[in-house]
Amino acid sequence: MELSEHIKTANVEDVTLRRPFHPALRGTLCVTSHHLLFSNRKDEASWQLLILLKNIDAIEKRAVGSSGTITIKCKDLLVLQLEIPGMEECLNIASSIEALSSLESVTEMYPFFYRPSHLTLLGPWGLSTTEQYYKQTERLWDRWRVSKVNSDYSVCPSYPSAVIVPREVDDDKLIRSARFRQGGRFPVLSYCHHSNGMVIMRSSQPLTGANKKRCKEDELLLQAVIDGSELGYIIDLRSAQQAQQARMTGGGFESKSCYRHWKRIHRHHERGKVVQESLIKLVEACSDLSHSVDRWLSKLENSKWLSHVHSALSTAGLVVECVERDGHSVLVHGSEGTDNTLLVSSLAQIILDPASRTVTGFLCLLEREWIQAGHPFQQRCAHSAYSHARLKQECPSFLLLLDCVWQVWRQFPLALEFSEALLLRLAQEVYASNYGTFLCNNEQERCAAGVKENTHCLFQSMLKPDIEEQYLNPLYEPTDLAIWPSVHPQSLQLWTGMFLRWTEYAQNMEEAREEVWSIVKEHRERV
Amino acid sequence: MEHIRTPKVENVRMIVSPRKSTVGTLYLSSTHTIFVENSEALKETWVLHSLVYNVERLPTNSSGSPLIIRCKNFHVYRLLIPQEKDCLDVLACLTRLSRPEHYGELFCFSFNPNLDKELREKAWGFIDLKAEFSRMGIPRNLWQVTAANHEYRLSDTYPSELFVPKSASPAVIVGSAKFRSRGRLPVLCYFHRDTSASICRSSQPLSGFSARSSEDEQMLQAIMKSNPLSEFMYVVDTRPKLNAMANRAAGKGYENEDNYTNIKLQFIGIENIHVMRNSQQKLIDVGELAAPSMSDFLWGLENSGWLKHIKAVLDAGVFIAKAVAEEGVSVLVHCSDGWDRTAQACSVASVLLDPYYRTIKGLMVLIEKDWVSFGHKFSHRYAHLDGDPKEVSPVMDQFLECMWQLMQQFPCAFEFNERFLIQLHTHIYSCQYGNFIGNCQKERRDLRLQERTHSLWPHLWENRAEYTNPLYRTDHSQTQGVLKPLTTAYCFKFWKGMYGCAEKSVASYQSSADCLNAVREESQQLEEELSAHQERLAQLEERKTSGERKKTNKLSEHVRRPIPTESELSSPQDYFTTPRSEKNTPSFTLQLQLATPHKNGDPDDLSTGSDFESGVADLSSYSSSGGDDTKDPDSDEVVKANA
Repeated sequence: MELSEHIKTANVEDVTLRRPFHPALRGTLCVTSHHLLFSNRKDEASWQLLILLKNIDAIEKRAVGSSGTITIKCKDLLVLQLEIPGMEECLNIASSIEALSSLESVTEMYPFFYRPSHLTLLGPWGLSTTEQYYKQTERLWDRWRVSKVNSDYSVCPSYPSAVIVPREVDDDKLIRSARFRQGGRFPVLSYCHHSNGMVIMRSSQPLTGANKKRCKEDELLLQAVIDGSELGYIIDLRSAQQAQQARMTGGGFESKSCYRHWKRIHRHHERGKVVQESLIKLVEACSDLSHSVDRWLSKLENSKWLSHVHSALSTAGLVVECVERDGHSVLVHGSEGTDNTLLVSSLAQIILDPASRTVTGFLCLLEREWIQAGHPFQQRCAHSAYSHARLKQECPSFLLLLDCVWQVWRQFPLALEFSEALLLRLAQEVYASNYGTFLCNNEQERCAAGVKENTHCLFQSMLKPDIEEQYLNPLYEPTDLAIWPSVHPQSLQLWTGMFLRWTEYAQNMEEAREEVWSIVKEHRERV
Repeated sequence: MEHIRTPKVENVRMIVSPRKSTVGTLYLSSTHTIFVENSEALKETWVLHSLVYNVERLPTNSSGSPLIIRCKNFHVYRLLIPQEKDCLDVLACLTRLSRPEHYGELFCFSFNPNLDKELREKAWGFIDLKAEFSRMGIPRNLWQVTAANHEYRLSDTYPSELFVPKSASPAVIVGSAKFRSRGRLPVLCYFHRDTSASICRSSQPLSGFSARSSEDEQMLQAIMKSNPLSEFMYVVDTRPKLNAMANRAAGKGYENEDNYTNIKLQFIGIENIHVMRNSQQKLIDVGELAAPSMSDFLWGLENSGWLKHIKAVLDAGVFIAKAVAEEGVSVLVHCSDGWDRTAQACSVASVLLDPYYRTIKGLMVLIEKDWVSFGHKFSHRYAHLDGDPKEVSPVMDQFLECMWQLMQQFPCAFEFNERFLIQLHTHIYSCQYGNFIGNCQKERRDLRLQERTHSLWPHLWENRAEYTNPLYRTDHSQTQGVLKPLTTAYCFKFWKGMYGCAEKSVASYQSSADCLNAVREESQQLEEELSAHQERLAQLEERKTSGERKKTNKLSEHVRRPIPTESELSSPQDYFTTPRSEKNTPSFTLQLQLATPHKNGDPDDLSTGSDFESGVADLSSYSSSGGDDTKDPDSDEVVKANA
């Protein structure tokens, strides 16, 4: 079925658009295969609102006399109202939005059609590859190598074709280790400390099962990671009890007797549906302005969103403490190793690695640790906070990461080269984008769909100098030190820039940001 | 001095966190507890006796007798004293010294910053309320100063000079005063030039169930008519309606709308001082929680009810400001006695209405006017003397917090910063200066405070650079006109800078405001430097030599100054022990570090020092470079004064 077949009414005149904190506007509404376009042509000056249909999370329609009202709730949390004259037109528009906003086929999505004149499809896609990263990271050359054992994605469907592993472990061992790990996600290098050489590894859970199966190659692989040093830490992102229970379903954990030089620490992290429901509850709490303070605090608490932020930052801090202060290597995993694992390992890098705090460094980190590492973006970000659809595999892990990074930025406003604007842009792009970066669930799928050949890369476009500028933190002062965030509940706050983004509250903050810029610019001029 | 049995205890351990403590000597003076570290730096911590809220002794254990000193500014000091006997002595002494029984014992009477008599007098004249009332632009044909309260004849808790409607006759003034609690008749508090509407204040009327006073009714009528354009006025009773009604049984109450023509009565529902006291105690407990989970914290915050009360105060201010600025309607504000909730509501409304009160000087004026002169009972509310604990209540704390909450919403609107509010808070309790001693103007006069003590305001003014918000610009939209804050529940936040003592002492933060201040200062210096360079260049060019020696180096050096030093950033925390907050670094204040010039004056060593590469926390470096940040900032002045 062609996309255009979903469109029964393409144009409606005299539509009234209502947005928060703006006067209502009248204009023309258009539905195309990928966009909702509202344009208001008044006194020559025309104003347009273009919304990606994919950005629409839920719509509600209501009939008022002969006209209808559609409330559009976007994945970036914006809520709009359209008053459409004519009931039939209203219903047609609504059904088009419903059908076109939930396309399943990747190649039908907008990034495959987005062809801006200033970008070209030629040239390399993305910022870096595993091989390039290895080449640039001299400290890896001695003990680590790039393995292409997964070049046809048969060893681990969700891993990239190339991964970094200990030099002394050959590909056969990797294949065996992969068979012993859920989804084949055998331990691979995530980060090597820039001065003490200790590493953060990540994987999925070992498949020890009820019979306490062992895998010699997996044990050897981890042994090779610590390479004669006394001790490594396994940070298991489940409670000890959950890890025990996982054995009943074929999963498990690294027992002390088999991995003698590894010490296991369990940290409970919520996952999947629970976190998605937290987001839904939080957004619901933020959108009701009539709450008393008590009710608001109770709803904020009840959403548990900040508890997730708290856990993620605490565990990341723990990882950094192991690596940076105690000088031990760490293996991080939960169950699948595609969500909390990536969250913790990337947060840890931001805390301890100055290179990941620049705009480029941070985007490279996201590319490495989320895109290439196989975070299933398509599944996780199918819906956001407003959708009434039954939850499948949605989980705002990536949004949680952005929130945690925001908390770090708030505590260390000079330490990150990028500003909140970058985080907000990413929060928007991850749900609906012109670019192909967040499409599909892993590299294998992206390859099959031809994402690299047929879409543009978001990160590349963000790094264009004129665009990058808007994401810079005016107060940036690089520091080589670890930035240890406080994880005391007092120190963690609601990310107002995100969750109160479309309120008056955010407008005053915008003015403050401009003021900061003007002070800094004034200063720079003097310099 | 007779209370000090043990002036000096050695080998006392100050416990900063479970992982970190220092050993030193404890000294007790007549005004301060002083802890001097045994380390080479001889770091000193000064705690003013009058700031001590309570002292608690825990059971002696094998390592000694623990003593916890809690302060009214929410600082907490934990000591471990080797001998139980010494601990008991210190406890007894501090308990006595922190609860003076007579005004004469207060620190302000012995505090001597070496000002001569003339300067002291001048200092007391720093805030001039007459000038403030004329700044408001009160039309003399509508309002006038009455001498009715000369020698405090009408109301002993009011100021001697009162602004009343010109049309109110002496009989109306006296009659109205008789019909109000403690004679606190309706008088002008703030005049809004743009609309000619005013804010007046009073205490509750003695209406009971049926009593009337035609003079009081005429008084309100006169106030309404002083705003020629309006046809009615609001009477804002800041109490919950139920409380107001209960007061009728005691012959007090509120205005009957049938008796007063053209008034609209509005209840706001700010709870009484006892509710507020209990609420704040719960909040303090939340702030002190050592290892709360996110849920514990949020639940505790909700349970304290504190933010709900802050919202009520702000709501009152918003209502009044809206009436005055948007409707152009005058408002009479009262509660029971008209010195707590009324002061809060009037001053919050004034801050919203008038940009002047959002400046450093303006806030001083406002506090002097609405709180000090109108008889807010400072000495009772802030327990300056050992007295009735039921009189104690954080009324002013709430006002300052309203300012802070507004600053969160309008980061560019206020000339002062958070530090200024915290400093004010400390001094309201500290009794170091005479401004807040006593409960009303008459009492202050009788105590001859202006001759015997010093004024806080000029001292704060001299140090205003430290209290300035870098984002404030007089021509910014947020600094113009009326502030219209949101009072949606999500706008109210836990004031960590004030109540977060568990965290305050350990977290390492960077502050963007401090960075900006530094940047601003640099800009200024650069400007000067540039002109100096240009001058020099001109001179040198005459001699045909280049004058641009190392210019760029110098500049980059300057820009780099706000980089925090190692100890400031690396404070690894206890992520190991599930959510435990006590961490292993001493209190950290970037502010202090930035306020002072860079220690070794060579910022380049920041980027070249090899030990920075690891970023590994070197605990020994904390104690030395952490500097004297636990030292009570107030004590600096004392040291200087005594030197």
